[in-house]
Parts: sequence; structure tokens; C-alpha cells
Amino acid sequence: MASPPDLKSGATLRNAFGGVLALFIIFLIGVLAFSIRLFSVIKYESVIHEFDPYFNYRVTQFLTKNGIYEFWNWFDDRTWYPLGRVIGGTVYPGLTLTAGTMWWILNSLNIPLSVKTVCVFTAPIFSAAAAWATYLLTKEVRGTGAGLTAAILLAIVPSYMSRSVAGSYDNEAVAIFALIFTFFLYIKTLNTGSLFYATLNALSYFYMVCSWGGYTFIINLIPMHVLLCIVMGRYSSRLYIAYAPLVVFGTLLAALVPVVGFNAVMTSEHFASFLVFIIIHVVAFVSFIRGILSPKMFKVAITLVLTVGIAVCVGAIAILVALVASSPTKGWSGRSLSLLDPTYASKYIPIIASVSEHQPPTWPSYFMDINVLAFLVPAGIIACFLPLSDASSFVVLYLVTSVYFSGVMVRLMLVLAPAACIMSGIALSEAFDVLTQSVKLQLTKLLETPPNAGDTKDGSSTVQSDVVEEDNKMIDNKTEFVKERPSKKSRKKDKEIVEKTRSKSRNQKRLMILPLEASSVAILLIVVLISLYVIHCVWAAAEAYSAPSIVLTSRSQDGLHVFDDFREAYSWLRHNTEVDDKVASWWDYGYQTTAMANRTVIVDNNTWNNTHIATVGTAMSSPEKPAWEIFNSLDVKYVLVVFGGLVGYPSDDINKFLWMVRIGGGVFPHIKEPDYLRDGQYRIDAQATPTMLNSLMYKLSYYRFVETDGKGFDRVRKTEIGKKHFKLSHFEEVFTTHHWMVRIYKLKPPKNRMKEKLKKPKMTSKPLSGTRRDESAKRNPWQ
Amino acid sequence: MAALYTLHSLLTAFLQFRPTSAVTLEAKKLEQKTPIAAFPLRRVEAMAESLAPPVLVRIMLLLLLLIAASPSTLESSSPSPAVRILSAERRVDLTSSIVKVYLTMKVENLGASYVSDILLAFSPTEAEHLAIIKASLTEGKRKKKKYTPLDVNPTELAGIPNGAKLFSISLISPLKTGETTVIEVLYVLTHSLEPFPTEIRQSESQLVYYHDSAILLSPYHVVEQIMYIKTPTNRVESFTKVDPTNRAGTELKYGHFHEQPPFNYIPITVHFENNNPFAVVEELVREVEISHWGSVQVTEHYKLKHAGARHKGVFSRLDYQARPSIHGASSFKQLLAKLPPRVHSVYYNDEIGNISTSHLRTDYQQSELEIEPRYPLFGGWKATFVIGYSVPLEVFLFKSPDGQHYLNFSFGCPLHETLVDQLTIRVILPEGAKNPSAAIPFDSDHFLEKTYSYLDVVGRSTVVIKKKNVVPDHNVPFQVYYNFSPAFMLAEPLMLVTVIFLFFCACIAYLHMDLSLSSSKA
Repeated sequence: MASPPDLKSGATLRNAFGGVLALFIIFLIGVLAFSIRLFSVIKYESVIHEFDPYFNYRVTQFLTKNGIYEFWNWFDDRTWYPLGRVIGGTVYPGLTLTAGTMWWILNSLNIPLSVKTVCVFTAPIFSAAAAWATYLLTKEVRGTGAGLTAAILLAIVPSYMSRSVAGSYDNEAVAIFALIFTFFLYIKTLNTGSLFYATLNALSYFYMVCSWGGYTFIINLIPMHVLLCIVMGRYSSRLYIAYAPLVVFGTLLAALVPVVGFNAVMTSEHFASFLVFIIIHVVAFVSFIRGILSPKMFKVAITLVLTVGIAVCVGAIAILVALVASSPTKGWSGRSLSLLDPTYASKYIPIIASVSEHQPPTWPSYFMDINVLAFLVPAGIIACFLPLSDASSFVVLYLVTSVYFSGVMVRLMLVLAPAACIMSGIALSEAFDVLTQSVKLQLTKLLETPPNAGDTKDGSSTVQSDVVEEDNKMIDNKTEFVKERPSKKSRKKDKEIVEKTRSKSRNQKRLMILPLEASSVAILLIVVLISLYVIHCVWAAAEAYSAPSIVLTSRSQDGLHVFDDFREAYSWLRHNTEVDDKVASWWDYGYQTTAMANRTVIVDNNTWNNTHIATVGTAMSSPEKPAWEIFNSLDVKYVLVVFGGLVGYPSDDINKFLWMVRIGGGVFPHIKEPDYLRDGQYRIDAQATPTMLNSLMYKLSYYRFVETDGKGFDRVRKTEIGKKHFKLSHFEEVFTTHHWMVRIYKLKPPKNRMKEKLKKPKMTSKPLSGTRRDESAKRNPWQ
Repeated sequence: MAALYTLHSLLTAFLQFRPTSAVTLEAKKLEQKTPIAAFPLRRVEAMAESLAPPVLVRIMLLLLLLIAASPSTLESSSPSPAVRILSAERRVDLTSSIVKVYLTMKVENLGASYVSDILLAFSPTEAEHLAIIKASLTEGKRKKKKYTPLDVNPTELAGIPNGAKLFSISLISPLKTGETTVIEVLYVLTHSLEPFPTEIRQSESQLVYYHDSAILLSPYHVVEQIMYIKTPTNRVESFTKVDPTNRAGTELKYGHFHEQPPFNYIPITVHFENNNPFAVVEELVREVEISHWGSVQVTEHYKLKHAGARHKGVFSRLDYQARPSIHGASSFKQLLAKLPPRVHSVYYNDEIGNISTSHLRTDYQQSELEIEPRYPLFGGWKATFVIGYSVPLEVFLFKSPDGQHYLNFSFGCPLHETLVDQLTIRVILPEGAKNPSAAIPFDSDHFLEKTYSYLDVVGRSTVVIKKKNVVPDHNVPFQVYYNFSPAFMLAEPLMLVTVIFLFFCACIAYLHMDLSLSSSKA
């Protein structure tokens, strides 16, 4: 062993080196998180992905062009025609404002990046930030090692990656960072009791509220944890500081966001936090009273307060229940209700159920999205209980609730991912701690006393005591040092010392030394496990989640095929139709049409008006003439359908058609789902029902399709179509893309309809369809 | 049917070449006295025989009389009557959407004084659509022919009838008395093919009108002349018949005409099939950014339009894919851009992302970029896109003897056979460049601007050049001169270094400072 001064300088040097190394690793984790998400840019192009990001992109464009005040007042007349939509008041502005600010800063430095570029790279940047936030959170819970491991796991976790690849410009990309960071600040406040962090926490919560509707998760999880702490008898002033300012400031700030507004105090999602707010005050008051009264007086006071308190509580609860019961959905929004009752959506709101990401996940999707973390999580939970602190109990609670939510909706797998990463990070780092330590000790033993087999135990204990002594010395040095320089930093160091002592005590407690062979094999196995995870994540990033979904590719013998039909159609609409023309399509394509084609749509992905969507669904499910009438009453000029039958693109409108029927039928009862099914089966071949074959969607999709191959073989449904040769009387084809994936029809002008009417009796041979047409036309609500 | 078309075309021709009312009145008065009016009258009568409805013909005849008569009245004031054109031959090429006219004139000086300028006359419509005129002096015969380019400038002269526009060709050596010389002129007309019918269906082919004069509009007496019109296909719906008119295959021949007085004009109209791509770039902005670190970056923003007959009704992809030559004859789906050699980092996209249908071929001479817009363009359809590329600096940037740098870059649009309505070239010089000036071989607007790009503080001087009606013949090099000292290249890297250095300094300072309000000692 070296002399004390040497030891001191060596230790500080080692500490400094450790700090720099940790900093460097953190930086690299950020780089990793950023660059693994660039597969989509490299494999495809720098383009906005999918559906919702297009809306966010359009909003950001508006913001950067017109400024913040115009943005708050923006009434968008390009969508939900003729209703329009108040964008400023119905959108979570966090993402948009973030990207807008980034763009503004870059442009004021004369770096001429386009809004699109900034939007494309927002998600990767915030993934790096999320990884750093995970590091901070896990470090608060269980030290630097666990923090680094958790951060690196989060940087590449497929679940989060699916929402944050470059181009996936969606709320979640920013929100997950805000979520983790809020949790970190909460834990930090809980650990330090600093009001400074409590304020930051409220601000971070505000950012989360700005970014994503998932903020309700925070405002329910933190009260749950506070309640848990109180119940476990862990109430402290730190807990109070961590919670009370958050509720007060957080709620006030949340109410500033237009889309939340008074919901922050009026909907049931927020009531839990207020209830716990009351409870924590009661508890604080009780502990205060207990402090100033003698035990006997305290007992008297308790009985007094309890009787009054119970009365007041009963009264308050009664009022609350009455308030809640008076609102139609019991004060809960549909999406929240479907979280509490997983069968709620499929029973009552087909529009929520129709979205694939609102379905419950399957087991493979767990494996796909969090991979080996699923196996490491239990180990992490166990590690969190040894010993259980406020912070680790919070992480456990977070994990448990998010596991439940992810079980209800695939989308919420995203919330589970950070929890799983933190848990696995803790588990892995604990495992490595134990294993490497035993390897180290065994090795030193081997090197120091190779021949003396009997001294092994002695040796180990001396080594151990040496280590402990070293630690003690270091602490002594530190305390001296601290006395010399009292400052903010000294406070930091104080904390470090506390940590040190804690870790020391842990070290002492964990004297279980595994055999060298076993531990090295275990290390090897863990490394293999982690490399499996890494391989899976890279594969997921490169193959599974990088496709932008507006441009499709397929590989065949003669090379790569690119299907760029969506943009072809949108570009055609943009350049070759009048600027005020209305385009009707199923709501999936609403955001893309407004963003890429810049044309007014009837419905879009913000499914706020069920009736309007049902109207479009009804039109699509109706025969030509009533459909024409519905569309004409909505001033529609073009109808856009997506058809995958020629190239085998499965998520086309024919496959979504039953949802249109269901949603349409939910509002307009003359559309009945059984009319479109033959013996409960959905089919488009010769066995299909006449209602199906006469529906507008069928006709627009398969118009002249039979002439491509002579048989009309649909490659998605793997069958020949039922009705092959037919003419359109009220619509005319104006554009079909190269692979027929998007077909655009124009409504014929009414003049032709008159002619059609005159001719009709001569031409139609089937009286049955004629009567049905009349019948449905009569019931059409838009006449 | 053909006759009706012709009639229509005559009317439109008349409307296009609209005499001012004052001149018309004058012409009416003079009509009785001037014997010259008889000459065109005869021709019109001859033409009238070919037209069926006599009443209409009378009206037309009257109108034509007026047109034909009006220039002759002002003959006395026309410039330089001492010059006459011994022979003129015009070859009008109508095979693409851009009209090219090759005019060969043999000019003789009859007067006593030297003649140094030869004048060309254009009708106002022609002048409006005139994109470029090039003239050259031809010496020698056949294989030993030598071409010397001549300057052509617009001029104004008093007393030019019907608002005809004059251009003067400056000869290198003045023409002495009795001397003759041969001048070859090429001029290009844009937007001169008028689609009729104006709207066609997918499977119809596109028919256009071309209006011109059977005889050369000239301020001089023309002794002998002939005109050939070349159409893209054999399909000619109708054409105006003037006395000696011949049609053989794709060629129409008007003439020979003899002894035509100055400013004589016989409107003719040809109605024929032209399915060539009527690709018109309505607006093209080319940004040429010079970086002294070794590259020139070019970004070209296109607004493309099919300017032919408008598409109407159905577009059936099925028909288009099955027989594109029939169902989509008038459409085009690809364009060829000729880029400079050694081009790299080429991209082709539009506002919603990359367009994947393009091919690039590079060799030593030039690079060819074959691009397809997202969809085939039918009449009236539009598309916008951006082409960008980089070229090495040393190929385009040179140093003039007086120490100035100059960029030598091609003007005009790199797209093959495409006309540009409004061209803007922005040459963005590096930050710190001084005294920019542009040398452009033809007249165009140019002015200076400031552009701010990556980390600029003072901004980059930008030379903006604007020109209307640009045709492929404008693809000649132009130069932009400027002074630049290489020290400015280091400004931005040094700025970054300083910022990062200051940041680290600040970090060090922060770590060594105690900013707490109260010390725990107290």
C-alpha cells in the first residue's frame, strides 16, 4: 500500500479520471442515441414520416412563418371542412414550439437549415437528451454505474426508437424526455429537499403538459408514490417539498396550455393529485402538531380532529362524486377510460378501437420492443428492494403501472420502455458490481498469495478491511477539505460523502464472494445477453422502424423497387387542382393531404368529430348516387382512395372498409355492417354481398381494375374480384398513380347527373338496386 | 373544315398584327390613290379562290387590304432605301415547341454612301416572343464557308408602320456602293405555337397554329425570296395557300416571290400536329454559390408546366400504361438536363422530398441527368422540383490577369429543348468578396443583393441576373468578376474556435468560482 499523501492524490486523480470517463461515456451515449436513429435518413431520405408527424410539421411551418401569436390564434380552414379546426387551442404545442425555437436559433445564427431538416432531426436530438435524463434519474436512484447502464439501454431501446427515428416528428419523441426528466427532478427533490429542484420540477412538468397528453400519467403516478410513502410511514419534509409545489405550480402552469386549460382542475384525471395534496397537508399538519404537543394532548387532539375531519371528508367526497357523476363520461376522457377498462373503446368508440396502436399488444411485441430487458426487469425490481429507498420505491411503482398500461395499449409500450431500461440498468450494474468485485478480489488473492491455500480467507478479509480503511481515510480527507472550502460545491461533496458511506456500507454488507470461474462465466453470459440486445436493437433500427411509410420499397431479383405513389398523388393534387378544392378521403390520409397536397380535407387524423367521420364513412359505404350527394353537399371535388390490390399493399382502404362501415353505421343507422358481410365474412370476390359490390369504395378501388390482367386478381385479398366490369356514373377518374396505389376521382358536375337520370330507366336492368338506392338516398342525412 | 380553320387562322393573324386605328384611317384614304395596293389585292384574290364562302372572303379581303396597304403608304420614310435584298431564304423549323427561323439574305448597297447597318423588321407579336437573334457574316463558298458573328441591337426609327420593331445588324466593314454581302440570321420565337383546339382528351394528339408572313417583313425592297416551313409530322390540317405554295411531306414551301416592296406582309397560318413536349419552365431560379474551400454549389428551382393544349376529362393510368404513344401522345414524362462535367452530389427533389426517378450519366465531356417528374405531364399540368449539384471549383473559377477572380458559368437552363419564361441567376460570392461585376453576353437586368448563409456576419455579396424568355441558345458562358482575399476563408473557422474556447473558459471559471450568497462558515 502506498503512503497517505500518495494515496490521497491517487484517489483524487482516480476520482477525477472516473468523472471524466463518465462524462465521456455520457457524451458517447448521446451520440449513439442520435446516430442509431439516422438509419431512416441513410436508407431512405430526410423526410417526415407517417401521418401525425406531417401535421406537426405543417404546424411548425405555420409557426415559423407567422410567429407565435398567429399560431395561438390559428383557425385552420384547410381541414374538417366546413367546420375547420382551431389549431392553437387544440394542439399540444410543446413539440412545435421546441422545433420552432431550434429553427429560430439556428436561423438567427445564419445557419440556413430548412424547417423540414430541423423537424426531421428533432426526435434524435431529444432521444439523446432522454438518454441523459435516464442517466440522471437512475443515478439518483442507484449510483453512476447503474445510471450509465440504464442510459445506454434507453439510447437504443427499440420501443422508444420506433417513435423517435429521424423523421418521426411526433409528440412522444419530446415527451419521453420530458417524462423522464420530470421524474428525475422529482426524485432529486425527494433526495435533497431543495426547493430549487422542486421549482424546476414544476417547469419540467409544464413542458411535459405542453408536449403530450400522457402528462396525466405523471400527475397520477407521483401522487400514488407520495401516498405510498405516507402509508409506509416515510413522510418527511422532503416529500412535502417534492410534492406540494409540483401540484400548485404544475397545475397553474398546466392551465396555461390552451389545450388543457380548465381541464387541469376539472377532469377526473387530475383529481388524484388534489386528493393526495389534501392528505399530505393533513399528514404534515399532524406531524407538526405532534411536534409541539405532548403525547397525551396529541391523543386528545387526534380524536377531536378525526371526528371533525371524517365529517368534512364525507361532505367533500359527496360533492366530488356529485360533480363527477354529473358529467357524461364521469369526468374521464374516452382514451383514459379505455385505459382503465380495456374493453371500453371496442364497445363504445369504434374510432379509438380502429387505430391499430390502441389495440392491446401481443407477447411478441413485448419481445420486439424491449427484448431482453423483459427478463432483466424482475432482477431490477429485486435490486430495488435491497435496500428500498424513496427513490427506488418510485421506480418500482413506475414500472408496475407502466406494465399495466402497456398491456392495455400498444402505444403505451413507450412509457414502459424507460422504466424497463432503468430496472435493467440497475440489475445489470448490480450484477456487474458483484461479479467484477469478486473477480477482482479473487485475482488479487491469487496474485498476492498463490501458494498459500490456507490463507485465502484471511487474505480476503485483510483486503476487505484495507478497502474499508481506504474509504475511511478518503472520507476524512474529504471532510477536512470540505471545511476548508465551504460552498455550493462543498454541499455537493457532502452528498458524495453520504453516497460513499452508503456504498461502503453496501460493500461491507455484500461480502459474498463468488468463485472466480463462476463469476467470469457469469460476466461472459451477461456480455452475450447484452450483445444480443444490441444486435436486436440495431436490426430494429435499421429494418423494422426506419421506413417512413410514405415511400415503400421492396426487393426483388431485379433490384430495389420504390413505390412512391403517395407523394405522386399528393404532388399531383398540389399542382393540378384549384387551391380551394376539397378532397375527401378516409381520415388516415387527412394530415398528409393537408401537409403535402395543401388541399382542404373533410376529415383528418385528429378524430375530434365522430359525426363528420361517420359521414365520410357513410359516403364511402353508400352506392354511387347517395355518395355523390353526400360529397356534393360537402363541396367535395375530388375523392381519394388508396388501393393496394395491384401491387399487394395490405393497408389500403378496402381492408379498412369495415371500419368505415362501422363508424358510419354508428351514427347513420341505415348503414348496417351485416349488409357488407357474407355469413359474417368480409369478402370482395363473387360471393360478396351486392351492398358491398355497389359501395362507392369498392367501385372506386376496382374501377377498370379487371383490364390490367384480364381477371381482376387482387393481390392483397388473394382472390378475383366479384364485380369486374362496371361504369361510373357520378365520378370520373382523373388520376391514378404509377402503381395504382392512390386513385383520385372527380365528382361529375350536376349537369351530367340530369342526363344520367333521364337515361337511367332504360339502362338499369336491376330494379332491386334501384329501390335500394332510392331508399338510402331518402335516409341520407345530408339532404 | 380545313377552310374554316384557315379562316379562323386568318382572323387571328389579323388580330395579332393589329394596325393602329390612325394608320388604318390613313390607309383607307390613300387606298384609292396608291397603285401599289393593286399588287397585294391580286394575291388576295388568288387566295380567295381557294376559300369557299365569298361573303366572309370579302370581309377578310378588305381587312387584308388594309394591312397590306398600310406599310406601302409609308414607304418614303423607310430607312436607307438604297439597300435592297437580292435574295432571301427563310427556313422555319416548327419541329419542337420553340420556333427557330434561319434567314439567309444577300444584301446589296445601291446608294452612294456606305452602309454599315442592315435592318431587320419584326411584327410586334413576333418581337414580343423573340427570344434571341444571332447574325453572322458568311464568306466563302460551300466547304470553305466562314462565319463571323455580328452584333444585333434593337433600334428605333421614326415612321415605322404598324409598330414593327427593328433590329440593326452592325457590319464589320461598311458595305460600299454596289457591293453585296451574305448575312445569315437565326432567330428563335417562343410561345408562337398556339394550341387549337385548346383542350384535348388523353388520347387526342395536339394540334397547333403557327402564324407568320409568307413574305419577309423587311424595310428593304426584296428582289427574290422563298420560305420553307418544316413541320414535325406529315399531319398538316390546313395551311394558307398563297400563289406559289408547295407541300411535300413535312415541308411547306412558300415562294418564290419576286420584287416585294418594303414592309409587305401576307399573313399565313399553318395548322399542324405537334406532339413534342411543350415543356416550359415558368420560373427558374439558379443559385450558384462559390466556396473557396473548393466547390461551386448549384441549386436550381424549377416551376415546370406543360404549355400545350390543356388536358380535359379523364386521365386513365390503364390506357396510359398500355399504349403510351396513343393515350398520352401529347404528354411527356421525362426531361434531360445537361450538367457540367465532373459534377457530384447531385440531388433531385421537391418540397415533399426526394424524387426517385432519375438517372445520372457522367463522362469527361458532360454529365447527363435524366429526370422524370413525379407524374407524366399532360397539357396544363404543372410540377415543381429542385435540382442541385456541386462541381469542383477549379473548373469554373479562374483568375484574371489583373488579379480578380472570375466565375465562368453557363447561362440558361440545363434542360434540353426547354424554354424558360423567367430566369433568375443568383451568384452568391464568398463572404468578403469585393467589387462584384457581371459580364453577360446579352442584355439582362442585374443588380446586387446580400445573402446570409452559414454563420455569416457581414453577408455575402450576391449578383442577381434576371432575364425573360430564355431558350437553349442562351446557354453560353457568362462571367462574374470579384476581388477576394483568402484571409476571409479563415474568418468562420476562427470564429468557431473562439466561441468554443470562450465556452471552455467560462466552464473553467464557473467551476472555480463560488457564487453562493452566504458561506457556511458564517
